[in-house]
Amino acid sequence: MDTSVKYVRGPTTHDRTFLEEVIAQTPVDDPRLAYCVQCGTCGGSCPSGADMDYSPRELFAMIDANMREEVLSSNTPWYCVSCYYCMVRCPQDVHITDVMYTLKRMAVREGFSHESNAKDAPDFSETFIDFVENYGRSFELGLATLYHLRHHPLNAVRMATGMGFDLFRKGRMNLLPTRIENIDQLKAILAEAKAIGGNGDANL
Amino acid sequence: MQTYSYYPGCALERNAAVYHDSLMAVAESLDLTFTEVADWNCCGATEYITIDLIPAYALVGRNLALAAEQNCNGRSLVAPCSACFLNLKKADHYLAQSPELNRKVNQALAAGGLHYEPGSVHVKHLLEIITEDVGFEKVARAVKRPLFGLKIAPYYGCLIVRPVFDGTFDDAEQPTSMDTLMRTIGAEVVDFPAKAQCCGGHMTQISEAVALHLIHQLLKNAVDHGADVIAAICPMCQLNLDAYQDAVNKHYGTNFHIPILYFTQLLGLAFGFGEATMGIGQELVDARPALANIQVKPLKPVKRKRPSKTELPMPPKLQEVRSCLKNE
Repeated sequence: MDTSVKYVRGPTTHDRTFLEEVIAQTPVDDPRLAYCVQCGTCGGSCPSGADMDYSPRELFAMIDANMREEVLSSNTPWYCVSCYYCMVRCPQDVHITDVMYTLKRMAVREGFSHESNAKDAPDFSETFIDFVENYGRSFELGLATLYHLRHHPLNAVRMATGMGFDLFRKGRMNLLPTRIENIDQLKAILAEAKAIGGNGDANL
Repeated sequence: MQTYSYYPGCALERNAAVYHDSLMAVAESLDLTFTEVADWNCCGATEYITIDLIPAYALVGRNLALAAEQNCNGRSLVAPCSACFLNLKKADHYLAQSPELNRKVNQALAAGGLHYEPGSVHVKHLLEIITEDVGFEKVARAVKRPLFGLKIAPYYGCLIVRPVFDGTFDDAEQPTSMDTLMRTIGAEVVDFPAKAQCCGGHMTQISEAVALHLIHQLLKNAVDHGADVIAAICPMCQLNLDAYQDAVNKHYGTNFHIPILYFTQLLGLAFGFGEATMGIGQELVDARPALANIQVKPLKPVKRKRPSKTELPMPPKLQEVRSCLKNE
């Protein structure tokens, strides 16, 4: 679909508005976000909305107003639990959950992701990804250990002695990660995917 | 005999091994065969897409490509984990909708000698194939020891009913397929308005208070409606509700002790498998006291009192409260 300038409303500081950038980097959403009618159904449906700096509706108005820094340094995308309630209820069919993922990626790329009270969330994702990239499978024990030791050492102790130990005792935790057979193939695919523009403007 | 390609997902390898084991036992009773996709990789959960876009879709793309390659007769691909199911289904759907995304993902897959044609793999959730492909009648015929008297809160979570791409098999907000399934095996299904609400996913690791709030809502809702057991269909839901129940009790000063079992474990019990075979005891909140509620005969339906003709109609609960007060 043509994403040219016909729905631009806010003042333009770059070649494209912030709104256009967000739309360009959100697969398939194009250009529904521009049609947000500010009804607030998203915020009203959101299970973690009360803990967000701005409700999704507010955030979309801020995107439209080119408030780049405020949007990208808010905790709202990081507090999205990906439950898709807003998305099935949105009367304009905005792919809200996907927009939140786009905002997270932009925040990480532009260095805003440590501004909010969800500042550890990107590191959790990155630790998770490290295991996937090296083994092809996720690894709960390694993930929990590395992430908590880095960010919440006290939590690591609490988990190792409490719930973590219980799960281990019940045989629900692996001590070593599993590696897939054709890990080289996966690595080649992911390397190529990154070269194509995993973090750049996806222009989808 | 129906055959499916099977994508277990990382959780079913260990943390949710009982889900896999109970499923394999139940599959035999229902004449289902699952062929595991060889050398599948992690679906990326909700993490990969947070950092990288094209690699996240390429990661899922590899699984779809492998499933398509190994799939001889156009079999459907079944995922028992809701997050895996969603990622597979969503990637397939978005690749079909966005030629640009499809081109880039396939360019990446080509680096590994793979190709995926969107739409060539039909992704289904386990609940969907048991309730629709197998059907309630066949399930009923496999029942040997009905779970009479066991009060179950069927918990669907988010990702198998939402988002709606090409029509889901159940309602996005008030699904009922597992309710019917649990009644089919003789159990009593309690009203559970929170049945499709979120368990908090990875928020337990990022902002525990947010997650505990969501888990508390779910546990309270199930307990308020008299459930003995919550039936789960996703390893993430099971883990959050089971392993964090203690943390919820500490945080909110509550005293919840409600076991969370996979729906396949409950099916297996009804099909006559023993508790040990069904992995009962691997949950952190012990299910055995609740399972002792299973009766040999169905409970007699409670007769409703005919409302008095002289009084104003009142909701039943208020009438009960009033009669209690009178007795005092």
